[in-house]
Amino acid sequence: MIAAFRIPGAGRLKQAETASFSFDGRPYAGVEGDTLASALLANGVHLVGRSFKYHRPRGFLSAGAEEPNALVEVKRDAARKTPNVRATVQELYDGLTAQSQNRWPSLSFDVSAVGDIASPLLSAGFYYKTFMWPKSAWKNLYEPKIRAAAGLGVAPDQPDPDHYSARYAHCDVLVVGGGAAGIAAALAAAETGVRVILADEQADFGGSLRFESGARIDGQDGFAWAQGAVAKLKAMDNVRVLSRTTAFGYYAQNFVGLVERVSDHLQSPGRDLPRERLWQVRASRVVLATGAIERHMVFADNDRPGIMLASAARTYLNHYGVAVGRNVGVYTANDSAYAAAIDLKKAGVGVAAIVDLRDNPTGPVIDEARALGIEVNFGRAVIRAGGKLRVSSMTVQPKNGGGERTIPVDAILMSAGWTPSVHLFSQSRGKVAFNDETKRFVPGAYAQDCVSVGACNGTDGLSATIDEAYAAGAKAAKDAGVKNAGADTVKGAKPKVDASESWSRGMLGAAPGAGADTTVKAFVDFQNDVTAKDIRQAVHEGMRSIEHVKRFTTNGMATDQGKTSNMHGLAIAAETLGKPIPQVGLTTFRAPYTPVTFGSIVGHARGPLFDPTRKTAIHPWAERQGAVFEDVGQWKRAWYFPKAGEDMHAAVDRECVTVRKTAGLFDASTLGKIEVVGPDAAKFMELLYTNPWEKLEPGRCRYGIMLREDGFIYDDGVVGRLAPDRFHVTTTTGGAPRVMNHMEDYLQTEFPHLNVWLTSITEQWAVIAVQGPKSRDIIAPLVEGIDMSDDALPHMSVREGKICGVPTRLFRMSFTGERGFEVNVPADHGQAVWEALWAEGQKHGACAYGTEAMHVLRAEKGYIIVGQDTDGTVTPGDAGLDWAVGKKKTDFVGIRGMARPDLVAKGRKQLVGLKTKDPKVVLEEGAQIVGDPKQAIPMTMIGHVTSSYWSQNCGRSIALALFAGGRDRMGETLYVPMPNGTIEVEVTGMVFFDEKGERLNG
Amino acid sequence: MLLIRCPYCEEERPELEFRNAGEAHIARSSDMAATSDDDFEKFFFIRSNPKGIIYERWRHMHGCARFFNAVRDTVSDRFLMTYKAGEPKPAKLPGASK
Ligand SMILES: [Zn+2]
Repeated sequence: MIAAFRIPGAGRLKQAETASFSFDGRPYAGVEGDTLASALLANGVHLVGRSFKYHRPRGFLSAGAEEPNALVEVKRDAARKTPNVRATVQELYDGLTAQSQNRWPSLSFDVSAVGDIASPLLSAGFYYKTFMWPKSAWKNLYEPKIRAAAGLGVAPDQPDPDHYSARYAHCDVLVVGGGAAGIAAALAAAETGVRVILADEQADFGGSLRFESGARIDGQDGFAWAQGAVAKLKAMDNVRVLSRTTAFGYYAQNFVGLVERVSDHLQSPGRDLPRERLWQVRASRVVLATGAIERHMVFADNDRPGIMLASAARTYLNHYGVAVGRNVGVYTANDSAYAAAIDLKKAGVGVAAIVDLRDNPTGPVIDEARALGIEVNFGRAVIRAGGKLRVSSMTVQPKNGGGERTIPVDAILMSAGWTPSVHLFSQSRGKVAFNDETKRFVPGAYAQDCVSVGACNGTDGLSATIDEAYAAGAKAAKDAGVKNAGADTVKGAKPKVDASESWSRGMLGAAPGAGADTTVKAFVDFQNDVTAKDIRQAVHEGMRSIEHVKRFTTNGMATDQGKTSNMHGLAIAAETLGKPIPQVGLTTFRAPYTPVTFGSIVGHARGPLFDPTRKTAIHPWAERQGAVFEDVGQWKRAWYFPKAGEDMHAAVDRECVTVRKTAGLFDASTLGKIEVVGPDAAKFMELLYTNPWEKLEPGRCRYGIMLREDGFIYDDGVVGRLAPDRFHVTTTTGGAPRVMNHMEDYLQTEFPHLNVWLTSITEQWAVIAVQGPKSRDIIAPLVEGIDMSDDALPHMSVREGKICGVPTRLFRMSFTGERGFEVNVPADHGQAVWEALWAEGQKHGACAYGTEAMHVLRAEKGYIIVGQDTDGTVTPGDAGLDWAVGKKKTDFVGIRGMARPDLVAKGRKQLVGLKTKDPKVVLEEGAQIVGDPKQAIPMTMIGHVTSSYWSQNCGRSIALALFAGGRDRMGETLYVPMPNGTIEVEVTGMVFFDEKGERLNG
Repeated sequence: MLLIRCPYCEEERPELEFRNAGEAHIARSSDMAATSDDDFEKFFFIRSNPKGIIYERWRHMHGCARFFNAVRDTVSDRFLMTYKAGEPKPAKLPGASK
């Protein structure tokens, strides 16, 4: 059955191909090719939403992307609920389910509509004023209430199951907008052979040809010509045609962001289809053919459902075959609304009257309207609309005052004129210029390699548009494509315009019914509920700049970004200020042109693909052993290896004890590793580290400290000298990339005279630490070509040889204080060598230990971790590492910074040990330390706990701390105030276990 | 996203491949240890932060990995030119806006 307001035979849709859908739970029938808006209108449904602030009933203003009112929720399933979908953009599919937003309990009866009655409290700047007192009430009462009452749709509460893709593209000419202008430009450019992308936000190309029934090009109806031209473009190898694709952002150097809605219009999109696709296009030249948007008339109650733009009513009729009413009124200040009235009248819709604000306009459309018997009134204004859930009448009055006359209507078509869509031009940093004659901002000075054509350039008339666009397309191709295509002649023929429509001018600002002395609700910005009165009030309260007026009133700040409201708002502000419009200035257009989903921006970069996960060669083994992992930067590191029945505490205690009793294996592969090679390698090391390196024998290691130029510790690690010209440098796990960058920076820019090469080898070597009294016994049977005796391989030495038949760099070093080794093997062999060492270790009762035990063991020895025990404000002296600074050195990075007055002053925070008076109490890392626990709050905090653990080996808790005068306070009692009471601590040295260091050779 | 010309690769590449490395032409003293407090302050802490033409260092991080210098207009965000590390400040700038 055909819907009540669908006109048989009208429009371009195949009315036999029906699609069912529901809105607010009610089933309706639509037609394939409908938008949700046209399908609802075909069923006579105008009321589709409630406004943001006043909860006023709202219908459809437009038939396109500029729609401020008709925002609905489209629901596919529990996780696929999309709020704030413009019903005028959403294409219908069979089974579509939509519901209205921002109403309770129902759309036709909304209790919050009292906001409309209480509106004096909600006028311009209300959130700055009305609800500010008392202060606490804002947070607890007003804001939650206002937020609950005002608003748009509700975000879905489940993860988005759809996926989104992204493409980069390059082209010679990008044409934005697929109306007559864009198509003509694309044809001219494409025929030269250059690479062209043509994008349009709608499902069908054609732009205003969708409603311009008077346009004929190359002997065809304008819209039919557009389809043919686009089919021709699609068939060309050098052209990419993107429909349903919005150019939302114009960035530097002709970088344009497009979002393609791939499957929102499909009934059941396959899982292989993304929902949306982000295109990041770099174009040599951009042709902007973005058209113009019709403005509404500003009069009292101009927001009643049924009141819409004239071009929208015409689109619904000429494209969708839908009448927006049975008896419509027209209110206009320019010619374009006449064409709408004429088309509707011819289609059998009653046109009650045309009310034209102009005094004595003349022209063919006016003659034609009269000839059709439509009543035409000049010099009159619609001063108010009747009806609430649907417009029921318009009240007309001579514009200079006089008798009122109320005309019953069920729709009002309005047109105040057309605003060129300069959004992308403005985003490209072009400067708009105001044309006082036509009352519009058009592109002025360009900032990038782009050109505007057609309506967005203020060009009126189809012939002029196609001439301009065709020439611009050819020129863009020539400018961009000289080296690419080598063709600078257009091979095709320029489209010939046989008939067209033309209009311009119009009016800006409030019409008489909403003049300066009224307080009626004449809406300027529908989506943010901003009235003409609000804008005047903002000026009266002292706002002078349009940017201030905008923020105070929120005019143009809704999701439609003021596409219909900005110019009216500006004109009202200018009038109230008594200044010409250009002096008040236009607000800046920002990306995105229309709302863009988070999904399309994020693309595939979420979940496991949000950030790389790095795993060591030994990771699978640790996983099989049931290790618990922790994240360290991008790395997954084995944290501890619980045995059956063990909690973390028990596992770590066992691991710590086992390492000191027999031995433990630890995966240290994540350590940063950099090879410093070249004749000047030692000189370079001298400059980058505080330590002396020239005299370090090949085969020996040294603990190195790296500073920044400011004298603070930047990184540390053991460095082995493999040969006179070759150092194997280790860095902290997290510091590897920045240390590499730091080294490269100095090598390339400050010390380029040094003949040195730097290579990151972190991923090339797997590192297996074997630590404990039995460590040598475990390793020795597997090693070839290295003398493992203490004389040949003393603590802090390195040898190259083989282990398990593969090359190794075998370090004798210790981060536990035990006899220890770090076995470096090529990463590919990491797991095999680990398993061989593990098998040997089993014979001696060794364990695998994780990062937690590693931390405890190093803390027992007072070995620091850069970034935990230091924080970027700690000098080597502060950390008790003065011994690692070469006293005779004349230069290294940080040498001067270290000598700054504050860094050598007394009383600096120094790193020392703490023991709790109660050995069972483990301090909290980060806890603050005070000298006198009885002082008044806020207490003077002298420092904080940097590391704190339970040490099973010591049978007590241990801690490191950084506080003022640290080493001068040995033996003193200090206090750590905590929520459950103050903890007494004693200041001690940093070494808690084997103070003499005998176990390194044990 | 800006396009930046790497003077080593001699190619314009997308901004994603590069990393800014702060103001250029701030030389480290060859006798660092003897630098006065005032000179060290100027060297380490003070930056010009101009509105307009800035000389700055960039690194072609995900390309040739070289550090180089660039002249950029902080108002228009345009790169006027790039040149190799160690080369002097250009005497003349191409297409400077003001
Ligand atoms: Zn490069």
